[in-house]
Amino acid sequence: MKRSRPARDSAPPEPEYTGHEWDGIREYNNPMPRWWLWTLYASIIWGIAYTIAYPAWPLLTRATQGVLDYSSRAELAKSIKEFEDRNSALDLALLETDLTAVHLDADLLDYALRGGAAVYRAHCSQCHGAGASGTVGYPNLLDDDWLWGGSLDDIYYTVAHGIRSDADEDTRFSQMPAYDGFLEPDQIDSVVHYVLALSGQEHNPELSESGAEIYAENCAVCHGETGLGNRDEGGPRLTDPIWLYGGSEDAIRETIRYSRFSVMPNWRGRLSESHIRQVAIYVHQLGGGE
Amino acid sequence: MTNAFLIIALGLGALIAAIAANYAHDLAYAVNAVTVMLILAGLVVWRIRLIGEPARPAKTGYEDGVVRAGVVATAFWGVVGMLVGVVIALQLVFPVLNFEWAQGMLNFGRLRPLHTSAVIFAFGGNALICTSFYILQRTTAARLWGGNLAWFVFWGYQVVILLAATGYLLGATQSKEYAEPEWYVDILLTVVWVAYLAVFLGTLVKRKEPHIYVANWFLLSFIVTVAMLHLVNNISIPVSIFGSKSVQLFAGVQDAMTQWWYGHNAVGFFLTAGFLGMMYYFVPKQANRPVYSYKLSIVHFWSLIFMYIWAGPHHLHYTALPDWASTLGMVFSVMLWMPSWGGMINGIMTLSGVWDKLRTDPIIRMMVASLAFYGMATFEGPMMSIKAVNSLSHYTDWTIGHVHSGALGWNGLITFAALYYLVPKLWNRNGLWSMRLVSWHFWLAMIGIVFYAASMWVTGIMEGLLWREVDSHGFLTHSFADTVAAKMPMYMVRALGGLLYLVGAMLMCYNLWKTVVSGEERATSRDLAMREAPASEAA
Repeated sequence: MKRSRPARDSAPPEPEYTGHEWDGIREYNNPMPRWWLWTLYASIIWGIAYTIAYPAWPLLTRATQGVLDYSSRAELAKSIKEFEDRNSALDLALLETDLTAVHLDADLLDYALRGGAAVYRAHCSQCHGAGASGTVGYPNLLDDDWLWGGSLDDIYYTVAHGIRSDADEDTRFSQMPAYDGFLEPDQIDSVVHYVLALSGQEHNPELSESGAEIYAENCAVCHGETGLGNRDEGGPRLTDPIWLYGGSEDAIRETIRYSRFSVMPNWRGRLSESHIRQVAIYVHQLGGGE
Repeated sequence: MTNAFLIIALGLGALIAAIAANYAHDLAYAVNAVTVMLILAGLVVWRIRLIGEPARPAKTGYEDGVVRAGVVATAFWGVVGMLVGVVIALQLVFPVLNFEWAQGMLNFGRLRPLHTSAVIFAFGGNALICTSFYILQRTTAARLWGGNLAWFVFWGYQVVILLAATGYLLGATQSKEYAEPEWYVDILLTVVWVAYLAVFLGTLVKRKEPHIYVANWFLLSFIVTVAMLHLVNNISIPVSIFGSKSVQLFAGVQDAMTQWWYGHNAVGFFLTAGFLGMMYYFVPKQANRPVYSYKLSIVHFWSLIFMYIWAGPHHLHYTALPDWASTLGMVFSVMLWMPSWGGMINGIMTLSGVWDKLRTDPIIRMMVASLAFYGMATFEGPMMSIKAVNSLSHYTDWTIGHVHSGALGWNGLITFAALYYLVPKLWNRNGLWSMRLVSWHFWLAMIGIVFYAASMWVTGIMEGLLWREVDSHGFLTHSFADTVAAKMPMYMVRALGGLLYLVGAMLMCYNLWKTVVSGEERATSRDLAMREAPASEAA
């Protein structure tokens, strides 16, 4: 049995055959390439060494733990703790500083904004959008139109307790009635046109005039006599061109007939106190904070 | 008399399927039951029409009819599977293609398993079944064992595909990757697979060659291991025998581990061992050269099948899986590198002495490219199984790129080459209709793969880096939506790559079709070079 490779000169000697043949296919009896065999051995030796170093072989009640005492969970905990230690002083300061005073300390503000942005990306952007401009049913956070108030404390409260969140007794809550069946269709039509008039859109003056009275009886308590809204009730302002569910005639009719009921989770309990403060400060400075 | 029993059995089967359809709890089950009923009823009619026909003499020579059918099925399912792949690639770029009217049928979530199953099991599976039947007969010099059992395997497998595919679209799924079909399809597949094993073993036993050729080692290991994987991963209890839903026996991390033991070995034994069997026959035949090294084939065969089965846990690094299982998965994956490369070396070195054929024979070119992609993918795989690399690559498009450089490059190209080799032989033609079209196919496929793999490497590494990027305080710097938006241009490139690959496959179908319908008959009659007692074909 030849161990050497066939020489690579101009006329290599014909390697030996094994003597088998199937359907015209024959086999050379070439040796395995040396580099291939040695790499295979090396990887096996490396594999054995690695399993000695790290948790590897299952035994009766537990596996071998490896001489390096490695654990992926410990590794993760270590990495988290490293950042926690680095941030602990700033974190403590953030908890002890009044929300409205954070901006006085440039380092603290920077820390809060970076942290708030990260919380926002991970937990808020799914609904309010990566750029915070919202979408139908999810408020835009860049403008100065606030349903429940735009001061730091208001925003903090909203984040902590959520809106219409079952899991929090102190959640912000309001519920607009569905007027379908409660008001006649023509009455609803006239309110629709009154709301169109309030927001300065094209409308039917006759209808809107008859809608004024119905508005005053049914809607003013939450949306305000003049449609300026009522933050205590979460009643949206109707006099601007900013709409949560759309300001077209059809969208307004849909809202009046069937009402809307969007929910925001309460984040207290899911996010740390520090994270809630960070994200409140972050959202406050996005554009419309009060 | 047997016919009468068969008619009664088929009729009873159709009746049971009708009852099942009537009591069905869900639409997918009802549609599948009606499909089975129609198939069985059709068989009853067919058998009844055969009553009184004189018994046909037993055929001799090679059973090539089932191979021809398999070639057609392979080409058909290949185009279907790749077309669905292009559609879902475009759905990721243009979400509007998840049409409102087709929600719950043709949206991405329903089509994605259809794509993976169609290309792996319908295209790849049919390719493996038909080429294995061809290779087995030639290398044992024996006709397939079991009479019409091989036809049962073929048609049974098509029914499995049909039931699985319609089930996916209508929402019947076990939600296990590559093992989505529900319990009754699993049972049918088990029956078909056992028949496949019986045909294979029966033919091996009555072989007229003293030794078993290396291709058949790989093919047998593929059939046996896939049977074991399929049975263990699909252990489940149906909620009702009249509904598609079933509950898995394993739960939590045990279920995940079983699933990826299965999932990884679907790659290892279906897409690697099975296709190596294909390679070991068609490369030496097309090159007309001896296999490079018998010793290498022995050592790499045994090391490959021994090590592959342990590598599954590398799909679950940094999860609830215990560290020890994760370590073993990684170590066996890295040790698997050389055993995998043994096949590439043996394939490519078989060409030594005829390298000039790379210029003149586009089929050889396809085979060499296929082996090169096999080598790349089996280097990339062990590398990605290393925990440190995996912490970047896992859950990203890098995995998708890796899978496709293997699937499009290795499995696709070797299958195309095998089909180009087989069609003139099976239909008794002088040669392919157009070698120029084969060359076109080769280049379209190559450019398509490069677009596909390169774009996925870029997006994969990019999103992995974006996901883990933190600032000096440890805060995340990017939202998930940002990372998705950043990938859009590369998603276009990926869809384009897939489209080129699909066009290549369609050129192949056209070329093969023209070969059959307008090619010249070969001068000699059928290739019946059975070594002993070459019997004439009676038909």
